[in-house]
Amino acid sequence: MKVELQNLTKIFPSRNKKSGEEVIAVNNFTFTIPDGQLVGLLGPSGCGKSTTLYMISGLQQPTGGKIFFGDEDVTELSPENRGIGLVFQNYALYPHMTVKQNIMFPLQNLKGEDKMTKDQMIERAYEAAKLVQIDELMDRKPSELSGGQQQRVAIARALVKMPRVLLLDEPLSNLDARLRLQTREEIRRIQRETGITTVFVTHDQEEAMSISDIIVVMKLGVVQQIGKPQEVYDDPTNLFVAKFLGTPPINVFDGEVKGGKLYIGESAIIDVPGVDDRKVIVGVRPEGFIPDANGALTCKLNNVEVMGRDVSVVSANSASLNPVVRSIIDADYKINKNAEYVSFSLKAHKVFLFDAETEERIRFEVK
Amino acid sequence: MAEKKQNIFVWFVEIFCKQWIWKGFFVNLVYKKFDKWKAWIYLAPTLVLLAIFTIWPIFNTVKMAFTVYWDPEAPIYEYDENGEIVYDDDTGKLAIDGYGMYKGYSIILDIAGETDFEFGFNNFKEILNYDGFFRIMQNTIILCVATVPISTFLALLIAVCLNAIKPLRRFLQTIFFMPYVTNSIAIGMVFAAMFNIVGVNEHNLDLSKSLGIINNILGVFGVDPVNWINQGSGYWANIAVMIIYIVWNALPFKILILLGGLQSVNKQYYEAAKIDSTPPWRVFTRITVPLLSPMITYVVITGFIGGFKEYTSIVGIFGETMQPPGAEIGTPRLQTMVGYIYDKLGDSEGIASAAAILLFILIFAVTLVNLRVSKKNTHY
Repeated sequence: MKVELQNLTKIFPSRNKKSGEEVIAVNNFTFTIPDGQLVGLLGPSGCGKSTTLYMISGLQQPTGGKIFFGDEDVTELSPENRGIGLVFQNYALYPHMTVKQNIMFPLQNLKGEDKMTKDQMIERAYEAAKLVQIDELMDRKPSELSGGQQQRVAIARALVKMPRVLLLDEPLSNLDARLRLQTREEIRRIQRETGITTVFVTHDQEEAMSISDIIVVMKLGVVQQIGKPQEVYDDPTNLFVAKFLGTPPINVFDGEVKGGKLYIGESAIIDVPGVDDRKVIVGVRPEGFIPDANGALTCKLNNVEVMGRDVSVVSANSASLNPVVRSIIDADYKINKNAEYVSFSLKAHKVFLFDAETEERIRFEVK
Repeated sequence: MAEKKQNIFVWFVEIFCKQWIWKGFFVNLVYKKFDKWKAWIYLAPTLVLLAIFTIWPIFNTVKMAFTVYWDPEAPIYEYDENGEIVYDDDTGKLAIDGYGMYKGYSIILDIAGETDFEFGFNNFKEILNYDGFFRIMQNTIILCVATVPISTFLALLIAVCLNAIKPLRRFLQTIFFMPYVTNSIAIGMVFAAMFNIVGVNEHNLDLSKSLGIINNILGVFGVDPVNWINQGSGYWANIAVMIIYIVWNALPFKILILLGGLQSVNKQYYEAAKIDSTPPWRVFTRITVPLLSPMITYVVITGFIGGFKEYTSIVGIFGETMQPPGAEIGTPRLQTMVGYIYDKLGDSEGIASAAAILLFILIFAVTLVNLRVSKKNTHY
C-alpha cells in the first residue's frame, strides 16, 4: 500500500492564550512512500517525526494537507477505519492479559464479514507469534517478558489483523544496545517477509540508516532531505543533515574559498572548481582523511585510539568548529603516537562545502 | 499450588505483617539494626497515643466482653408473649419468675465492688439468644450487601464519564464530592423530607404519607404515592430509602478513588484499543475495569467495612428510634449491629463489647473473603 502525504501540516495552538505562540510541529510535508518500503523518519526530538506518524495513524488530525493510502483519501478517517497497525514506544501491552490475549485482542473486535471464530483467531495469533518468534511465550503476562520480547509481542499485535500500513514509534529506544542491534534486524526481516509498508520513527541515525529503504531527515517540522540512506549520507543537502548523519560525526571547519581553492586556516587544502570566492563551512567525514606527511591540513595530535580494523586519530585544529577533529583511518597507516603534529590530505568526495550564512550545500565538481 | 496449602494462620500473619507500620517497624528495629533506643524515642509519642486510645480500649473491650456480672439476689421478672412486664394479680407488684441472673459487665457495678464477676461467654450467649438478633443481622447484612455493589458500579460509571469530559470536569468533581463533606445527619433530614416526613400531620395521616418530592415525581409518571418512611410504612419501603441514601452517601469517596485511578492509567492503552476499533463497552470491561482492579478492590473492601457499621444514616432519616413513627415496640425495626452496640452501652457494657467483637469477627471474615476473591481478580 502506497502512502501519500500531501502538504501535511500540523499546528498546535499555544497553551498560554495571552502570550504564547502556536507551535508548527510539521510544516508542509509532501512525500510518497512507495508500496512495501521501510521508511525511517529521523530527526532530533521536537522535529515533528512522531507527530507525522500519529497523523498517519489518525490519532492526531492534521491542520492542513491530505493523507492517501493507495488512492483512498484517509485524512478524515478515524484510526480504526484506516487499517493500520501501530507499535507504541512503550509497547502499551495490556498488563492484565496474556501474550495470546494481547495478540488476539484486535481480532476480537472485528465485525461483520471479518468476524472470526475462536479457532481462527488462535490460529492467526499463533501465525503472528511465529513470525516474531514468540510462540513459546503465549501464556505469559507482559510483566514476565524481557523488553525485547515485549517489543515482539507489540509487533505481533500490530501485525495480526494484517494492517495496510505498519507504524512504529521509536521501536528500539527502550531496549539495551545489544537487543537493539538484534531487534532492528528482526524488524527488517519481518517487514521483508510481510511486505507491509512500514514507517518508523527514530532519533538514532544509525538505526535509521541500517534498516531503512528510505530515510526522511526532519528538523523543526521541516523536511530536510529524503533519500536512500547511503545517498543522504554521501550527498547531504545542508549542514544539519551532514551533522546529523554518521558516527563519529562529521568534522566541521571554518573555511574560505579563494580562486577556486579551499583554504582551511592558511593552507589551501583542495581544488573546488566552480565555487565563487566566499566564506564557507567545511564538513569532512571522518573517513575522508588520509595521513600524508606532505598533506595540507596539519593538526595537533591529541590521541590515537586503536580499534583493530581502523584507527581513530583525535587531533585539534584552530579552524575546527568541533572541540576535536576525529578521523578514522585504515590501521595500515602507521601513525607515530608521540608526534606533536599530524598532517592529512583529504578525499575530495568526502568534503562538503556549506554556505556560512544559510548552511546550504555548495556543490563543486570532484575530479 | 503452594497457595492452597497455606493455612489461615499463615495467611493472617501475612496480611498483618503487610501493614506498612509493622513493616517499617521491623525493618528499622530488626533488619537494619538501627539504634534501638533512638527508634523507641522517635516512636514514643505515637506509641503512647496508640496505647491510650487504641490498644488499651481494644484490650478493655475484650475483657469486658468476657466478663459477666452475677447477682444472685437479682429478681428475674416475668414477661408475657408480647414482651410486656406481667403484674402479679394478688400483690399488684411485678411478677417475679426467680432469682439470680447473669448480667453483662457494667463499669458502675465494677467500681462499686459489690457484686461477683466471672469470666465466660454469657455476654455472647445473651446476644445470640436475644429475640431481635436475627433482625439486627438481617438489617446489617441487607444494607451492606445491597449498597456496596450498587454504589461501586455507579461510582465506576460516573468516574469513567467524568474522566471522559473536559469542560466542567473540575466543577462536577466538586459537586460530586459535596456529600462527603456534608454532615450525614443533615443529609438524612433532607432525605427524610424528600421521601415523606415534611412534618407529620397527625390529623390526616393519609395526606402526610403521600407528601414529599419523590412522591411528586413518581406522580408525574402516574405512580401512586408510596408511604416510604412515615407511620404505617412497610419494611421494604424503609429499606429501599436506606439503600438509596447509603448509596448516594457512599458515592463521592468511591468516585474520588476511582477517578484518581483512571487518571493514572496510561492513555496509550486507550489509543491502542482505538486503533483496534474496540467498542466502548469492551474498552470498559476488558481494559478499564481490569486496570482499575486494585482501586476497585480497595473501594469494595472499605465499602463493606463501612456498610457493616451503618448507623448514622439510619438515625439521620428515622431519628434515634431507628424505625418509622408508630412502629412496634421492642427491637427497633431498622436496628443494626452498631445501633445495638450504642443501645447497650448505657445498659450493659459487657454485652456492647461482646457485640463489638462479634461485629469485628464478621467484618474480618468478610474482608478476608474479599481479599481472597480480589487476589484472583486483581491483575498485576
